[in-house]
Amino acid sequence: MTADAPLLEVRDLAARFVARAETVEAVRGISFDIRPGEAVGFVGESGCGKSVTARAILRLAPEGSTVALSGSVRYRGQDLLALSERAIRAVRGRRIAMVFQDPMTSLNPVMTVGAQIEDMLREHTDLSRTAIRERAVELLDQVGIENARARVHDHPHQFSGGMRQRVLIAIAISCNPDLLIADEPTTALDVIVQAQILRLLLRLREQMGMSLMLITHDFGVVAGMVERVNVMYRGRIVETGEVDRVFAAPAHPYTRALLDAVPRLAIARGPA
Amino acid sequence: MSETRPEAFEAEAPAAAPRALRRRAGGWLVLGLGLAMLVTIVLVTTLAPLLAPFDPSATSMNSLDGPSARHWLGTDLIGRDVLSRLLWGGRTTLLITLVAVAIALAAGLVLGLLSGYLGGWVDQVVMRVLDVVFAFPVFLLAIAVVAALGPTVPNLIMTIAIVYTPAMARVVRGPVLSVKRWDHVEAARSVGMSEVRIVTRHVLPMVASPIVVETSLTLAQTIFTVTALSFLGLGPPPPDPNWGGMLAEARQFMELAPLTVLGPAAAIVFATLTFILIANGLREVLDVGSRR
Repeated sequence: MTADAPLLEVRDLAARFVARAETVEAVRGISFDIRPGEAVGFVGESGCGKSVTARAILRLAPEGSTVALSGSVRYRGQDLLALSERAIRAVRGRRIAMVFQDPMTSLNPVMTVGAQIEDMLREHTDLSRTAIRERAVELLDQVGIENARARVHDHPHQFSGGMRQRVLIAIAISCNPDLLIADEPTTALDVIVQAQILRLLLRLREQMGMSLMLITHDFGVVAGMVERVNVMYRGRIVETGEVDRVFAAPAHPYTRALLDAVPRLAIARGPA
Repeated sequence: MSETRPEAFEAEAPAAAPRALRRRAGGWLVLGLGLAMLVTIVLVTTLAPLLAPFDPSATSMNSLDGPSARHWLGTDLIGRDVLSRLLWGGRTTLLITLVAVAIALAAGLVLGLLSGYLGGWVDQVVMRVLDVVFAFPVFLLAIAVVAALGPTVPNLIMTIAIVYTPAMARVVRGPVLSVKRWDHVEAARSVGMSEVRIVTRHVLPMVASPIVVETSLTLAQTIFTVTALSFLGLGPPPPDPNWGGMLAEARQFMELAPLTVLGPAAAIVFATLTFILIANGLREVLDVGSRR
């Protein structure tokens, strides 16, 4: 495989929710590439299909729903949609990991954070018990949790929202994945913590050389984070391009509307 | 210009202990009492060979004696020591109860987790089969099975286990249905955890409280069922003493020797009450039912 070959090639991906009487098409045939080490943003309003797209890559459906997927998702040339249940599980977390929106509920409240990281390593690696324990501390340290050696023994409720998101990121990167999918990773956090988490994701991406798929409804989040951005609207990608180009000269009317929706500070412009 | 109010940072006085907390304290008390009674029962019955003054099956010429220094609770119709028979009888009753409930719990956990977590046709099949068992009155079903298979200890245990499995499976299944949709379960799935690990590590601990309460309630019911079956002559076969059987034999001489009836009756009440207290205590302490 050449260095420039895409890590992930998505072609005509469609996702239909099959309900009793009707089917709802959440993603209507989208195609995109993610190259090794590249950061790609997906922006759109709620319900435009960006989260479903992210989950479809790993064949995850919201519990209790049936999603019919079509098209192809090629990871290093291998179609993930054609894999067996066991094979896709080896990809999840190991090759492609995911971070979700709500850090308050995404951790198991009755397990220590250390145990949750260790479980992950036990599932995907052959490390020894002591090596796993060391690696858990190392990972917490890597995502910027102070005093990691003591904090592995703490439960999630002893962490703030931002700290929990760091723990979830630690779990996600524990097996050195090639691609990290972050689905609205900062939406549930306040602005200052948002900036810290985004900086952390950028730093980890550089350190580990992994690709990043950043999903958000907030153009502001995408701006400093990614090289390319895909704008989604009603299950389709309506515009794709270099992030600076899209910001400077949005081609699609929906992109323009989305950019206009971001509030701007206007204090300096005289009396209100 | 904005104003500052440093006093707003001062800590608010803590509110008086809310009712929920007082309830919880009461729960600990009830639970403690129940556990103390359980320890008593377990000690007394496991140490029966040491504590019992007589061989429970040894007969003597003193038929239906009243309480005396030799026989604290008197003797029964064929001169056996009532106290010794009570202690030994508790062993059988408790053994059957504990083993039967353990089996029902294990089966209920497996079936409840399977049908709740997997859903779909597995859920349909498991729950419909259990519904059939559930449709029979517990006692009627137990009588029918024991009568058909014969009243041996293993048969009794299996019968009672079968009878209580559906209720247990339902108690497990209900909360699993909601817990499996929680974010941390989806998060675990998204990082490639195996289904077995997800169920045991991320689902089961969340549904533990109602299961623990249901188990202790089932223990209370089972004590009662075991003694009732024995009372009807469907208990462990004759030479072994058991509380229900003792009650049945002594019933005709209630006026002559009241202790031969009151003894086993008190034992049954004590044992049942023990598990009911534990169940109620646990319910308050674990806050089952007030949470969604």
